[in-house]
Amino acid sequence: MSTPTPTPSPGQSPDVRPSASGWDRATDSEKLPAEIPDPEVVQVPQQLREEIEGHMALYPDSTSAALPALMAAQRVHGWCSPEAIEQAACVMRVTPASLAAVASFYDMLETSPVGRHAIYVCTNISCSLRGADRIYESMRDAAADEPDLNVRSFECLGACDIAPMASVDGVYVGPLEEADIPRLIDDVRAGRPVLAAKQLAHRPCADREANA
Amino acid sequence: MKLLLKNIDEPGLATRAVYEARGGYEALRRALTMQPEQVHAEIEASGLRGRGGAGFAMGKKVSFLPKGAPHKYLVCNADESEPGTFKDRELMQKCPHMLIEGLVIAAYAAGIAEAFIYIRGEYVLQADILDRALAEAREAGYVGQRILDSEHTLSLVVHRGAGAYICGEETGLLDSLEGKRGNPRLKPPFPAIQGLYQGPTLINNVETLATVPAIVTMGGQEYARLGTETSKGTKLVSISGHVQRPGNYEIELGIPSREIIYGLAGGPPDGRKVKCWFPGGSSAPVLTGDDLDVPYDFDSLAKAGTMLGSGAIIVADDATPILDVAMKVAKFYRHESCGKCTPCREGTNWTVKMLERIAVGEATPMDLEIMASVCENIIGNCLCVLGDAMAMPIGSIIAKFRGELEETMQAARLRHEPLLSEGAHSGADAALAAQGAPGPSGAPQPAGPYQEAL
Ligand SMILES: Cc1cc2nc3c(=O)[nH]c(=O)nc-3n(C[C@H](O)[C@H](O)[C@H](O)COP(=O)(O)O)c2cc1C
Ligand code: SF4
Ligand code: FES
Repeated sequence: MSTPTPTPSPGQSPDVRPSASGWDRATDSEKLPAEIPDPEVVQVPQQLREEIEGHMALYPDSTSAALPALMAAQRVHGWCSPEAIEQAACVMRVTPASLAAVASFYDMLETSPVGRHAIYVCTNISCSLRGADRIYESMRDAAADEPDLNVRSFECLGACDIAPMASVDGVYVGPLEEADIPRLIDDVRAGRPVLAAKQLAHRPCADREANA
Repeated sequence: MKLLLKNIDEPGLATRAVYEARGGYEALRRALTMQPEQVHAEIEASGLRGRGGAGFAMGKKVSFLPKGAPHKYLVCNADESEPGTFKDRELMQKCPHMLIEGLVIAAYAAGIAEAFIYIRGEYVLQADILDRALAEAREAGYVGQRILDSEHTLSLVVHRGAGAYICGEETGLLDSLEGKRGNPRLKPPFPAIQGLYQGPTLINNVETLATVPAIVTMGGQEYARLGTETSKGTKLVSISGHVQRPGNYEIELGIPSREIIYGLAGGPPDGRKVKCWFPGGSSAPVLTGDDLDVPYDFDSLAKAGTMLGSGAIIVADDATPILDVAMKVAKFYRHESCGKCTPCREGTNWTVKMLERIAVGEATPMDLEIMASVCENIIGNCLCVLGDAMAMPIGSIIAKFRGELEETMQAARLRHEPLLSEGAHSGADAALAAQGAPGPSGAPQPAGPYQEAL
């Protein structure tokens, strides 16, 4: 990337904010406007194209498909790489920049390469009151040598009833104890259902008078 | 009285067959024999207030929609990201048809033909279940063209989010649903006038919409007998933190909070007491162990200086340092601020930094004053209430636990005193200097670069 010559902004000499480069070099006026990727040039895997087109057809305005399209591209490429974004933009007929702006807003869209298994450990308040911060540390340590595991601390995942908890490739498990961690990681590695006995999916309602 | 959790754990309830066997979709059939205005009137008569956070009357919101506009939308808010809240999750997972039925009826009452469910991306299981239920409902003619041979037509799409609390705020949600970053919009215009794709839009929470079939079945007036004068009906309460039986409970609005925290959820572990509790998610100002007799309903909680919010009770027992609670809350809002308004973006960050200074012994009691004034300057000065949602609980913690915060501060200071007196770098000095206030050393300090203070 070439560094554009700084353009002094009106009423402000460049040396007033020597370190604030963003102000003085906001745009590169030499650069051509971003273009919608040319379908003749950009190769998009057939399945991905169909999936994105399927989403676009659901909405009165196809731009609404941005999130599902980025999620689909991320599943193919592992993260929202420039290539993933270019492909999604090509199918959606929008500029890559408009999708890159969207991708950087959302926690589940990865803007740098990560391991293929997403392990979100909730460290928000209800989980933290029940020891989540330690669970997160231990999980991170246990996965330190596993490049395939993307261990992240996450805000409330909406399952504080099984605090402390984690989402493992979308499967909610809890309440977690330190002793569960090796098993959890083994399960992920082996492609087994994760901590089968602790999955939220099988948990009955807490209200004893429900089902009456 | 259980309306929402009636058969919640019945095997197969997520399928159309079992849901129908339990009387499911009867309310829709009944509603379709009535005029839309009559259905709307039943919802008004029920007094149902929104279950998503603001507690606004659903019937009234419907009446704000312009009559006869061609493209109106119904959006179900299934973003459920308020810390402590997990009620919509259980409903969608175990009884998805109840939500779909409620949506179809609400759309009929409001004259709407296009609907969306915006579900948070983390709820993979629940979104898959909704997709399956929706396919079944379409097949049976409950959703689609000319529903059950009536004039009512409704398209419905399940839209998955991708992880952002602010997309639960109704206008942030709309931008997100339009495929943009989830930045809230300036109001007015309110979504009922100009919402999704610029069209009039009705936005309601999952639990609100899932209650509609029960209202049609019972009749609005009958429903209105439940609860209190101004908080009618039953409510799902998600309770978590230091209680023995965390989970979702369906209560009649107006019962004493103690009955929920101790009676239903078993209270804190043996030997512990309630130190503080959030009555309506982490955005609600905290109450203490002295407030357990406050009736659990919209107005009693408002009178007690807090709010019912999403109906999520978070309990912290007396072994919890209050600074930890404040820190978790502040960090959450800092992370989730969309960054559009300066008071929210900077104020949440400042608050975290100041709490961190308390923790490392660099704070002085004056910092509590500054923190309280940062909070005051957020409230009412932003596009949406995310900033307020940090300022209010933090403000309440400073007001109610000032003594403990000062002790924590002092203890941390004593631990770090040697470091400070050696003239080690002090973030506290720099921050005070940036405020133009004299540092602890007495003399005014030269204004340091902003970044360093943070
Ligand atoms: C920061 C913020 C987050 C919110 N998150 C949610 C949410 O996750 N789910 C929800 O139903 N309402 C949420 N709300 C409230 C919505 O803006 C809106 O009031 C609600 O969906 C209306 O539905 P109701 O009238 O049925 O309650 C949030 C509000 C704010 C300010
Ligand atoms: S108050 Fe905060 S979250 Fe809301 S619009 Fe402003 S910056 Fe964004
Ligand atoms: S705080 Fe962890 S799931 Fe809610």
